[in-house]
Amino acid sequence: MRFAVIVFPGSNCDKDLYYAVKDGINADVKMVDYRENSLEGFDAILIPGGFSYGDYLRSGAIAAHAPIINEIKRVANLDVPILGICNGFQILTEIGLLPGCLMKNQQNKFICEDVELSVENNQTVFTSDYNYRQILKIPVAHGEGNYYCDESTLNELNKNNQIVFKYCSNINGSVENIAGISNKKGNVLGMMPHPERALEEIVGSDDGLKMFQSILKSHMDRVNL
Amino acid sequence: MTEPTAEVIRETKLYKAWGLSEQEYKIITDKVLNRLPNYTETGLFSVMWSEHCSYKNSKNVLRKLPNKSKRVLAGPGEDAGILDIGDGQAIVFKAESHNHPSAVEPYQGAATGVGGIIRDIFSMGATPIALLNSLKFGELDGEHTKYLAEEIVAGIGGYGNCIGIPTVGGEIAFQERYSNNPLVNAMCVGVINHSDVKYGKASGDGNLIVYVGAKTGRDGIHGATFASDEFADDKETQRSAVQVGDPFMEKLLMDACIELVHEHSEWIMGIQDMGAAGLVSSTAEMASKAGSGLIIELDEVPQRETEMSPYEIMLSESQERMVLCIHPEFKNDVLDFFTDKLLDAVIIGKVTDDRQYKIYHHKKLVCDIPVSGLVDDSPEYKHTGSRPKRLDISDKQFEPNVEDLKSVWLSILKQPTVSSKEYFYNTYDSQIKANTIVKSGSDSAVVRIRNTNKAIALTNDGNSRFVYVDPYIGGQLTVIEAASNIVASGATPIGITDCLNYGNPEKSEIFWEFEQSVEGIASVCEKFDIPVISGNVSLYNEYNDKAIFPSPMIGMTGLLEDSSKATTQGFKDAGDLIYLIGETCDDYNGSEIQQMQINKVEGRLNKLDLDVISKRYQKVLSFIDKGLIKSCHDVSEGGLAVALSEAAFEKKLGFKINLNMTTKQLFSETPARFLVSVSKDDRDKFEDAVGDEGKQIGFVANDDFMDIQTVDSEVKINLNEALSSWKEAIPCLMKTE
Repeated sequence: MRFAVIVFPGSNCDKDLYYAVKDGINADVKMVDYRENSLEGFDAILIPGGFSYGDYLRSGAIAAHAPIINEIKRVANLDVPILGICNGFQILTEIGLLPGCLMKNQQNKFICEDVELSVENNQTVFTSDYNYRQILKIPVAHGEGNYYCDESTLNELNKNNQIVFKYCSNINGSVENIAGISNKKGNVLGMMPHPERALEEIVGSDDGLKMFQSILKSHMDRVNL
Repeated sequence: MTEPTAEVIRETKLYKAWGLSEQEYKIITDKVLNRLPNYTETGLFSVMWSEHCSYKNSKNVLRKLPNKSKRVLAGPGEDAGILDIGDGQAIVFKAESHNHPSAVEPYQGAATGVGGIIRDIFSMGATPIALLNSLKFGELDGEHTKYLAEEIVAGIGGYGNCIGIPTVGGEIAFQERYSNNPLVNAMCVGVINHSDVKYGKASGDGNLIVYVGAKTGRDGIHGATFASDEFADDKETQRSAVQVGDPFMEKLLMDACIELVHEHSEWIMGIQDMGAAGLVSSTAEMASKAGSGLIIELDEVPQRETEMSPYEIMLSESQERMVLCIHPEFKNDVLDFFTDKLLDAVIIGKVTDDRQYKIYHHKKLVCDIPVSGLVDDSPEYKHTGSRPKRLDISDKQFEPNVEDLKSVWLSILKQPTVSSKEYFYNTYDSQIKANTIVKSGSDSAVVRIRNTNKAIALTNDGNSRFVYVDPYIGGQLTVIEAASNIVASGATPIGITDCLNYGNPEKSEIFWEFEQSVEGIASVCEKFDIPVISGNVSLYNEYNDKAIFPSPMIGMTGLLEDSSKATTQGFKDAGDLIYLIGETCDDYNGSEIQQMQINKVEGRLNKLDLDVISKRYQKVLSFIDKGLIKSCHDVSEGGLAVALSEAAFEKKLGFKINLNMTTKQLFSETPARFLVSVSKDDRDKFEDAVGDEGKQIGFVANDDFMDIQTVDSEVKINLNEALSSWKEAIPCLMKTE
């Protein structure tokens, strides 16, 4: 299985994701520059956290216009799994692959800590190795992670089982404690917490590892069909 | 604007406004140049000879600090010091103060302090892996102090979080003396292979000087001179001397420079960041190190403002800029490389062999001075110190009032210097790079070196109360405190970077404090073989003629050969036995309880026995190495009472202790003591190993109580009550009215 990690100017969790794939699940992984225009041959796309273009206009707003974006949209249609973490989640909402938006944290401050997450949907390619409502310990680190969407979107999200992760306690003001959502088809996931920072007990938790294992396993299942 | 002529500068003594004394001006005219310097040249001398760049007031004292050990690959004089950690790898680190800019423009002052120290690390070719900071604020009782604290912390976080280097630790202390002159000391640590190290040298006649990064503006002009002056109410206008940071630009610059050093080492001769005194300082130092000369064409320097004078271009402290010295045959490769990284890079000059520093502007030679004149010829001042009167006091110890033990215990947990700093630390990304094993909140931070078993322990320490009451012993204690923190995590101390923050050294009592405390620091460094390999000096920290406490900050690094052995301060399991290693004496002068109960610190400190402490460190390290102890906490501010509470808070485990000491001794700050917990199964082994130095004082309990018995009192404190006192203190104080 071959992973792509998209690198925008200002991405800063790209290497962490690279190591998560390479050392965490021993899969093939390549860094892909934002100026590339093909994602042919990749089985999963990872959009890392960071401050793309300094997040100067609005988180993810400038990255949304990079050349690679059209290609990300194209492969999203082909059911390729796409995972956006933190700034990656913000970019996915900016380009319309996921609904809603991420506003400044309610407390108006950056927050970095280990938080408890509940797995609200374990039927996705990203979460199949977790149990339903399993509680995970995963770090967050963001200033703009306050998820917002209007009521009809929220109803849709609930109806289609698109809310994948919820915070156990509301850390940033997100509606319904939302920490991560998928698209309707379930192949695009955006989340604020950082599973790539929770792969080994020595750094505080290995609860993020199953996420990458789920992606790998789902791919293998598809290939073996 | 037409610039004043050389004669006008001499007659009006304009140079004095820029910080040059008449005597210094005379050296320039009579010895260095043998003519009058023009406007630009006078400006260059004034910054290069400022304390900030030349250390003219402090050099003499700094020589006392040892800077050699078998691990030292590079010491003071480079952008940062380098220590061997084995297997062909090294760590590169430095700390720097940004006190003055942070006082006038707290967010940008602190942010650019972080940006500057990061550049010092990657300019050596190293990959930054961690940031720390030491902050000193006034008491959190006024709106201005709260504003400074809030903005400084936001500036540090804003820069570090964006560039993507974890801020893993540090210290924050509060004292009225810092109300209008906060201290912001930032430290950065990087990792490098020995073979990749690059130095800031401009050598080789005909090699080219490349400017990379942000454009030059009028910001920060005379920042170095400004940092070498005192504050007063009538100097609020200095705001314009503060630079503005762009962490996104620096991220691009950092990644590009590291890649360049790793992948295209053959293209470059030297690399240096533009920090204090901008273009002049970086290029002159590069030429000085190589014994060469330089020609710089100012028309080539990227500028974001129009009509900038040579003086302004040379002295600008615009951020996120680097200087490279490259081989001419790779000119196009280098320029293309940076273009691809979205960075401006231009050739602005070349290396010559005449040792002259020449600057052209609009085809006119505007500066022609010997490199050595700028870098080496600044005078060195030997001030004489005089012992401050306040120290003429008996060595009697302060008597704490501990009649109501519970209330004293809870009150001390609420003291801002003691209480939880989560309110600030949780705004720093401490886990990016996924290498942080121990983050802020334990004695030291521990960061592993990826793809090895090793980890580095890091701490920033400096209890200025001790230095104030007794500069020599207080200086010793700053190193002891840092070393105790490193040892408590299981790491062996290997090196130090320091920020030496003091008042105006031209005042004899201040100079005395400076000299004495540095001697104290040096004595411990010598004894423990811990070299000081980098750092900086920040003098003139005064407001309306009143100095800060003498505040040396020690940034210490330690090496853990096996990262899995990193130990934290918290009790781990109920039933474990609690021991205190090291004797507790009556040490209350300069302590937290003294400050709390009489709102000042005073009195002499007891002498230290460095032999005993050194042996104790070895013992504690061997216990951790053998896996004999499950937690280890250095006992410091607030004494055993605070150490016990903090150990209990981590996993919310109560304890029951019975102490063969007086109640007041719970608050004694006798240094280099360790609070450890041991599994019952290891009792015999541990007791054999620790001998008389460690005494069992109790055990970890499976309940919510801190149950304490001393020879003269007994108390039971609810753990949750204590925890909320400790946790809520700062958020509560920071609420604005």
